[in-house]
Amino acid sequence: MELICPAGTPAAFHEAVDAGADAVYCGFRDETNARNFPGLNFSREELREAIAYAKRKGTQTFVALNTFMRAGAEEIWYKGAADAVALGADALILADFGLMAHVAEKYPQQRLHVSVQASASNPDAINFLVDAFNAQRVVLPRTLTIADIARIGKNIRCEMEVFVFGGLCVMAEGRCSLSSYATGKSPNMNGVCSPASHVRYRKDGGELVSELGEFTINRFPAGEAAGYPTLCKGRFDIADSNGYAFEDPVSLDVMGELEALKAAGVKALKIEGRQRGKAYVAEVVSTMKAALNSPPDRRASLLARLRTMSEGQKTTSGAYEKRWR
Amino acid sequence: MTDMKETSLTLGPVYYLWDAEKWRDFHFRIADEAPVDRVVIGETVCSKRQHFIEPHLAEVVERLESAGKTVILSTLALVTLNRESKQIREMAEVSEHLMEANDLSALAILKDKPHTIGPLVNVYNAPTARLLASRGATRICLPPELPFSSVKEITAELPDIDFEVFAFGRMPLAISARCAHARSKGKIKDNCQFVCGEDPDGLPVRTLDRQSFLALNGVQTVSHACQSLLSELDHLVEAGVRSFRLSPQDCDMVAVAKLHREVLDGTVDADAGVAKLRQLYAAAPLANGFHHAKEGAVWVARTRSLQAAWPA
Repeated sequence: MELICPAGTPAAFHEAVDAGADAVYCGFRDETNARNFPGLNFSREELREAIAYAKRKGTQTFVALNTFMRAGAEEIWYKGAADAVALGADALILADFGLMAHVAEKYPQQRLHVSVQASASNPDAINFLVDAFNAQRVVLPRTLTIADIARIGKNIRCEMEVFVFGGLCVMAEGRCSLSSYATGKSPNMNGVCSPASHVRYRKDGGELVSELGEFTINRFPAGEAAGYPTLCKGRFDIADSNGYAFEDPVSLDVMGELEALKAAGVKALKIEGRQRGKAYVAEVVSTMKAALNSPPDRRASLLARLRTMSEGQKTTSGAYEKRWR
Repeated sequence: MTDMKETSLTLGPVYYLWDAEKWRDFHFRIADEAPVDRVVIGETVCSKRQHFIEPHLAEVVERLESAGKTVILSTLALVTLNRESKQIREMAEVSEHLMEANDLSALAILKDKPHTIGPLVNVYNAPTARLLASRGATRICLPPELPFSSVKEITAELPDIDFEVFAFGRMPLAISARCAHARSKGKIKDNCQFVCGEDPDGLPVRTLDRQSFLALNGVQTVSHACQSLLSELDHLVEAGVRSFRLSPQDCDMVAVAKLHREVLDGTVDADAGVAKLRQLYAAAPLANGFHHAKEGAVWVARTRSLQAAWPA
């Protein structure tokens, strides 16, 4: 199975290539990609240099243009696609049907991957994208069990890529407006979720309160480590109880299921984290590459050290395990 | 320019799990009394709930059609299981009714068959709308998140497609494979005992500072605030929007429909309409922030200086 690694900066890109990534994914420094964070992403020139470096090392480059085109400003996305194609991207990762149609028509030779943001969660949906836009790979939503993935694999006409490590969306990706409800900025439209520009921390008595827009997302008693207020990972009051209503502050780790994923027909494993630093990328990629190259019984010890790098150091196998639901 | 009076109203599907008789009687009353032109029916949120309304489906369809309403059959918002795809495919094969796509799989199955697009499909621009229309979509309800600037662009570019906007109801904000509603009551999805049926208007999610924020509806998360575009109907009609969707809440939806018809017909002005709407659905504050490209939770008062206000 291929290892697909994130790069939010040229430095992280180089680290991922050197650490043995089979492909690195990245995006332009604008609203066309779903990690549109300050200080991240690539200029045209930086991408040109990165792709050249990757090609020398035999690594592929995937360019994510995976937000939904703003009505009337479609040219920004079309230009992004044109430039990525011209710069030699090995695949474009797309979510918007309008953009997929444009790319399929204008650049029929270009490899097109379906972003997780497109929310293609079943064979009918995936084959629709294969037939309509000649999609060659689908990144599956983090809402499926491994049994679901195996069943989908038997019934679709393209490759499957799945997330195995890093941040975890609780909601179906590309179908969530929680962030814009609280901040006016959403993954689909602005490429951001729970953006730092709308985050505030304040002291209240002995507690630290984290807020997103006007809403309290969490309160941390003295001594408890405070996390970032990602909306769906907050603590809320429901009926008479309070707690993590949607998901604990955990991250995804299904590296223990590599054999099952392989048997399910998965072609590529994806690591989340374009917002992460180059040291993180280097460590995670090299460890996972070593794990993939080791016999299954030796993987556990290699992967154990990755746990210390996870968000809150707690991990979950998420929807891949049926009881998560 | 479209005349306000040439507009139509669509009653969306009931997103919540209502008692089956309540669901039936609600639609009977809509058939008899509500000035809506079409009614979308059928389970949209969770396939586990489907059997509840099935015994009443035929009589509801008949009553609505006898009253001159167009009936549209809804489909699931998140399709992951085999039996869910199969159910949509079978419905498409046997049904003589128009169907509404809420997920990519339905788009695939309904290709070349006339159908409508629900507000849960990501239509953010004209090229996407054009593509869907070329595959058989006859009416497209735009996502609640879409700002007016985008609605205007899309309708201007595609004047021949009927566009609808989500004009009333708690906003469907997210859907998950995991059921937060069941979890909040100590269950999981596979063993949920339909506890979502205990909350016919959603289960409130408050912040730890007791701010009303969201509501759980099974695997769906909706807003606490209720979207209302009553004050914006004139602008939307001017922009070419032909139809307005009213999403059922646990309140007098016949009165809500009448009020929207009256504001569209000009017999009640928008400000008076908003005041009345606050009485008809007092369970939640009104919000229209998405329309104004602001936070979805805020209310922008149009009569003064477009001042955004957070719900109390």
